[in-house]
Amino acid sequence: MKPTSIRSVILASSVGTLIEWYDFYIFGSLATVIASQFFPKTNPTAALLSTLATFAAGFIVRPFGALVFGRLGDLIGRKYTFMLTLIIMGGSTFAIGLIPSYESIGVFAPILILVLRLLQGLALGGEYGGAATYVAEHAPADRRGYFTSWIQTTATLGLLLSLGIILITRHSLDKDLSTSISKFNDWGWRIPFLISIILVAVSIYIRLRMKESPLFSKLKTEGKTSVNPLKESFAHKGNLKMVLLALFGATMGQGVVWYTGQFYAQSFIENVCKIDFEQSRTILIWAIVFATPLFVVFGKWSDKVGRKWIMLVGMLLAIFTYRPLFHQLFSISDTTNKKEQVTRNEINTKLIPIGNTGNSVRKVTSTRYFKEGIRLIEIKTDTLYAEAGKVTLKPDIKTSKLLNDENYRMMIIIVFIMIIYVTMVYGPIAAFLVELFPTKIRYTSMSLPYHIGNGVFGGLTPFIATLLTTIYTGDKLVGLYYPIIIAGVCLFIGALYITNKVNRNIND
Amino acid sequence: MNTLKRFAGIVWILMGPAAIFYLIKTASEEITKKPVLDTKIQWIVFVVIFIPVVIGLMIFGWYALKGEYDRLPESSKEL
Repeated sequence: MKPTSIRSVILASSVGTLIEWYDFYIFGSLATVIASQFFPKTNPTAALLSTLATFAAGFIVRPFGALVFGRLGDLIGRKYTFMLTLIIMGGSTFAIGLIPSYESIGVFAPILILVLRLLQGLALGGEYGGAATYVAEHAPADRRGYFTSWIQTTATLGLLLSLGIILITRHSLDKDLSTSISKFNDWGWRIPFLISIILVAVSIYIRLRMKESPLFSKLKTEGKTSVNPLKESFAHKGNLKMVLLALFGATMGQGVVWYTGQFYAQSFIENVCKIDFEQSRTILIWAIVFATPLFVVFGKWSDKVGRKWIMLVGMLLAIFTYRPLFHQLFSISDTTNKKEQVTRNEINTKLIPIGNTGNSVRKVTSTRYFKEGIRLIEIKTDTLYAEAGKVTLKPDIKTSKLLNDENYRMMIIIVFIMIIYVTMVYGPIAAFLVELFPTKIRYTSMSLPYHIGNGVFGGLTPFIATLLTTIYTGDKLVGLYYPIIIAGVCLFIGALYITNKVNRNIND
Repeated sequence: MNTLKRFAGIVWILMGPAAIFYLIKTASEEITKKPVLDTKIQWIVFVVIFIPVVIGLMIFGWYALKGEYDRLPESSKEL
């Protein structure tokens, strides 16, 4: 295939996949804001967990999307199937931006959010397998890893786009930053969801101009497409054993490494280290920007040295270095053993009258300075009652820390290292999965292990890791045992059972 | 190497019931500690989702024990 043609194929596939990832990730990136809007205002931790569960629901349903759309893709073709996934994803994302809050429509609000989130998960379950298959079936055999690695950048770039648009929106709603943030938390969070429809429309236009995969077209012309791809994929022992090997020997470990190095790292920095909202996100943004080219580097390299060992070495490095790396993140931010500069500390009190009640909202902002370059900001909000002796039983207390440049850069470097592992496990995996399965059931067969590995094992990582810290409370890093154990089992299985031989011929 | 692959199949098969036991045990302990709807839903979801995956691991172990992974197929004709 001509270089310009393969580039068009990659562009058409990648743009749509990137938009789908963006759509999926803005929900997770805004989990805290969504919790306050759509779930009853009780315990904030419970609300956050409930939202993460909804987030996790989007992940859990991905394998079902893989089955539904994988089957469709093997029956009617790659092109039209992943047009459909794009329309479903774009439509449900746009609709999330329109749902009234819990205060307006009560319990219908979280129910509608859950349904739309499930639709997002279904659509994504159908998208990736189609995009990777589509590019791989156009790419020359000796550069398949390189060309499919461009698709592999889209998940991380979709995350980057979601973080970027959220930050820009958060800053742009008012000249005063705190008012802008307040507006964002109130209604501005809808904007990133509504913008999606424009991005999806552009992607649909690009994809409409694409041709069907040549391998699938050939198969269809010869009358050799599968009559029942689901049965052939999973009821036939010869293929089922490869699906299981792909899951337990590759995608399971890849999924936990992917989500630990990006999502859990950002969640840990924000919720455990208590780093400021924006710094926690810009740390991830910078790490992603620097690390993203490595997807293509490792994808290209896998064409020369094979896929297996690059992926497994990535898992090995993650297993042995996650605890020290996360420990370092926590140490940078931990003020308990740092020297406080008491003379610099500040307290500001703001009173906002509540109508004619005589009561006022009292906001006390305390800023503590530490010699190691950290500012700890505590904002305590309660009600100052006119009635003597009446107090707020549970004032709202928000704590965040701001890092100086040196500590900020150090955190970027640590997250960057973790994302290197992500690029190692993820860069070659599209080519790896494509090469495992025959053309007529490829979309179905590769999609399921991919989405179980990433959707179930990986997508639940931040949730399970956070949950472990509430069960085993003595160790802030106990959550890491989940990805470490899962990646460890996967590493062992992959090393023992997977061959490093690159299958040049996927035209079968 | 093939002998190791087959013996490891026993490990994967045994990991299945061990994982299910740990999952159900933790779920019931956590639900007993906090018997609210959120906790019950979370743990029911975990159990329902992971049990089929664990069964898949046991099937993988069975195939390994039977020698199905001694040699991987090199074309779809071998599937």
